[in-house]
Amino acid sequence: MSILSRFKRKKVESEGSQVDIFNKETEGLSQGQIVRRRFLRHRGAIISLITLSGILIFVFSALNFQLGPLKYHGWWKYSYTEQPELRTQGCPQFLSGCPTLSLNPFSKAFGLGDHPFGQDDIGRDYFALVMRGAQRSILVMFIIGAVAGLIGTVVGAISGFYRGKIDAILMRFTDFVITIPTIIIGSVIGFHFGNLGATFLALYLGLFTWTGLSRLVRGEFLSLREREFVDAARVAGASDRRIIFKHILPNAVGVIIVSVTLIMSSAILLETGLSYLGFGVVSPDVSLGLLISQYQDSFTTRPWLFWYPGIFIIVIALCVNFIGDGLRDAFDPRQRRRISRKERATARQISRAEKSAS
Amino acid sequence: MLAYIGRRISILIVILFGSSFILYNLAAISGDPLEGLRGSTDPKVKNEVAALIHQLQLNVPPPARYFIWLKHLLSGNLGLTRSGNAVSTELGQAIPVTIRLIFMATLIAVVLGIGLGIVSALRQYSRFDYAMTFVSFLLYSLPIFWVAVLLKQYLAISFNNFLGSAVISPWWIAGFSVVSGIFWAAVISGDRKRVFTIFGIAGAATAVVLSFLSATKWFAHPGLGPIMIPAMGIGIAYAVTFLSTGLGNIAARNSALAVVALGEISYFPTQYIFNKYPGPLAIFLLACVAIGLAVAVGFLFAKEDRGPVIRTSVLTSILLGIIILIDKLMKTWVPYVNTDAVNNRPIPTISESNSLLAPGHFWFSFLDILLHVFLPTIALTLISFAGYVRYSRGTLLEVMNQDYIRTARAKGLTERTVIMRHAFRNTLIPLTTIIVVDFAGIIGGAIITERVFGWQGMGTLFNNAITNFDLTLLMGVFFVTSSLAVLANLVADLLYSYLDPRIRVVSK
Repeated sequence: MSILSRFKRKKVESEGSQVDIFNKETEGLSQGQIVRRRFLRHRGAIISLITLSGILIFVFSALNFQLGPLKYHGWWKYSYTEQPELRTQGCPQFLSGCPTLSLNPFSKAFGLGDHPFGQDDIGRDYFALVMRGAQRSILVMFIIGAVAGLIGTVVGAISGFYRGKIDAILMRFTDFVITIPTIIIGSVIGFHFGNLGATFLALYLGLFTWTGLSRLVRGEFLSLREREFVDAARVAGASDRRIIFKHILPNAVGVIIVSVTLIMSSAILLETGLSYLGFGVVSPDVSLGLLISQYQDSFTTRPWLFWYPGIFIIVIALCVNFIGDGLRDAFDPRQRRRISRKERATARQISRAEKSAS
Repeated sequence: MLAYIGRRISILIVILFGSSFILYNLAAISGDPLEGLRGSTDPKVKNEVAALIHQLQLNVPPPARYFIWLKHLLSGNLGLTRSGNAVSTELGQAIPVTIRLIFMATLIAVVLGIGLGIVSALRQYSRFDYAMTFVSFLLYSLPIFWVAVLLKQYLAISFNNFLGSAVISPWWIAGFSVVSGIFWAAVISGDRKRVFTIFGIAGAATAVVLSFLSATKWFAHPGLGPIMIPAMGIGIAYAVTFLSTGLGNIAARNSALAVVALGEISYFPTQYIFNKYPGPLAIFLLACVAIGLAVAVGFLFAKEDRGPVIRTSVLTSILLGIIILIDKLMKTWVPYVNTDAVNNRPIPTISESNSLLAPGHFWFSFLDILLHVFLPTIALTLISFAGYVRYSRGTLLEVMNQDYIRTARAKGLTERTVIMRHAFRNTLIPLTTIIVVDFAGIIGGAIITERVFGWQGMGTLFNNAITNFDLTLLMGVFFVTSSLAVLANLVADLLYSYLDPRIRVVSK
């Protein structure tokens, strides 16, 4: 009945009009609350958010890792460097290291088994390898998102806010970075410094993927700085810093968050692509793209070596994309949600009742 | 306007200069071309090192070396690769291959993407819309090399096996029928009864067609023949008329049908020309004749307002021509498949052409090229079309909310006119610029695709350049791709201001 009571508070003018329903819904809510509500209503985004968090916890808790003096013991028994004996028992003829994962609850082998995703050529546990690869890929994705988000926001904000000469210089610099295709620069650096690790790879890829974001942020700043509330703040004597951080940035945060998620989803594909070419994460470290490139020829004989890393890439990228879509819907005031037939009928009913009452 | 273009180009040249300088130095300091030779103490190797240092001018520091390269570039000389070939000839061989790789893919992705995006927008919040959103996000998240392996397995190897018998199993027929039923029901949509009717009709039609194809082993001996062509032609004529002018325009419909009739009459003469004078020139001339005839037909049928009628008949004639060409290629299929070079495995998984195929037979090599383009095109299309779906959907939704759409509806225009003339045209404005920029971007992005499918294009050159520390080759590739990217941006800006009169470039 809550919807009904909300409708009753104010007179509904046209019968079940969309705008009315929206206005009723957002009445008396702060911007943050509206955004949160809209996001929570986007089913795909919520499912993706839950899935992605689940994957993050699952993947990062599986293996041992060390952070300075802190040592963490993962719940998975093998590490990605260990080489247990190759299992041939129970596999089809001429094959070794087949997966033991069984999803059939009636079979005896139900459960994870010893090597749920099988083993690679030299017997390394493929589950541990995929976990390690997913860790690397996710790490790279977040670092690229953070670096590109930071640079893009700073460059876009400065050039949008100060305009004039600074804007011209910064935007020419942006054009300049755009002309260098990311995959080319990534390959050039990756080929020569590939062994410095995934973190370094992510850092320098972040240095080249911020261009789109900076253009968007600049546009947002250009239009926001002409608004009345900015003028008011300026008249009240606010400093540039205060105007930027307190008045404009909070209004531009939607654009920033949405395009950072999009950068992240393309970052994971960029990393896997570079690793596939051999210019990204290199052996002995593991990444999902590297696993696929190493085992693509075994697709016909040992398909599990191909499927599992691919599925992880797709699920992660898909989740990030959906979260980005949900955020865009939530932040964009022009986006209209679908109004269900039930809501429309309720609104109509109320307006009719009010008409007959008056 | 000219001043504006001139200023833009001069800025672009400066940008290109800067980025090439950075890339050159980055590549030069990050690798040592003599790495493999340094450790050796063999005097012979020492001589070799000295020769290499001289050849690659390694004693000159990289920033200075860059200017030597630039000097050569300005005089039109891209230099030599390490193996001694001219970079320009290598690029000259690679560029057409890459363009062949991406051209079809971009074209199909654009047409399909825009089409599905528009349907999706017109059916906003329907099941079809949600399904399209999901599919496009899924495709967006696919790594191309992963898709490529799947395509090679299922569309090439399994399909070649299937061609051995060319009998479609009943399960597949059932599956395809259900899928097509769902698809068409979702696209056309309506109330429940109508949805079920459409589902039944589309599913049954698919089942019948597939059973027929299976029973006649059509896939092993494909062809359309003089019966199917007019049938499809009439369908095309109606579809084109519907989209271009609306079926109410009798003159347009009749002229489209007349074009189909002309195409049917000239079917056998065309076949004769195809066989007698094989080659691109004959095809081109025939296409010119077809379009010329279509213009004439449109001119004859229309009493007034000739433009739309002529447009309809020309579009019909182009589509009909493509079908006649496909028919000819299908006729080439059986002899092509039976050649020793192909040996009954027509869908290839790697390389850009079959080197074993005896040269000289135009239709064989034409079909060969098309078949080699087949898999990479599908892979690239799948990846890039998702973006167009999302973008055209978003743009059309935005346009449909505009006041001029409401005005058009209020004037009493039909929904077709509102969508095709008022909404669709305005959707195309931002899309054009995106397409132009994308096309340039794909050339750089086809590196992975080329690697997966074993093509010898720009991507391979680039790969070789990096792994062999071949600086001149690397710079050559970079020069082409980045100039294209920069030019595409310029063209996009100009197109934008040309298409949208509200945006005018400020020429100071």
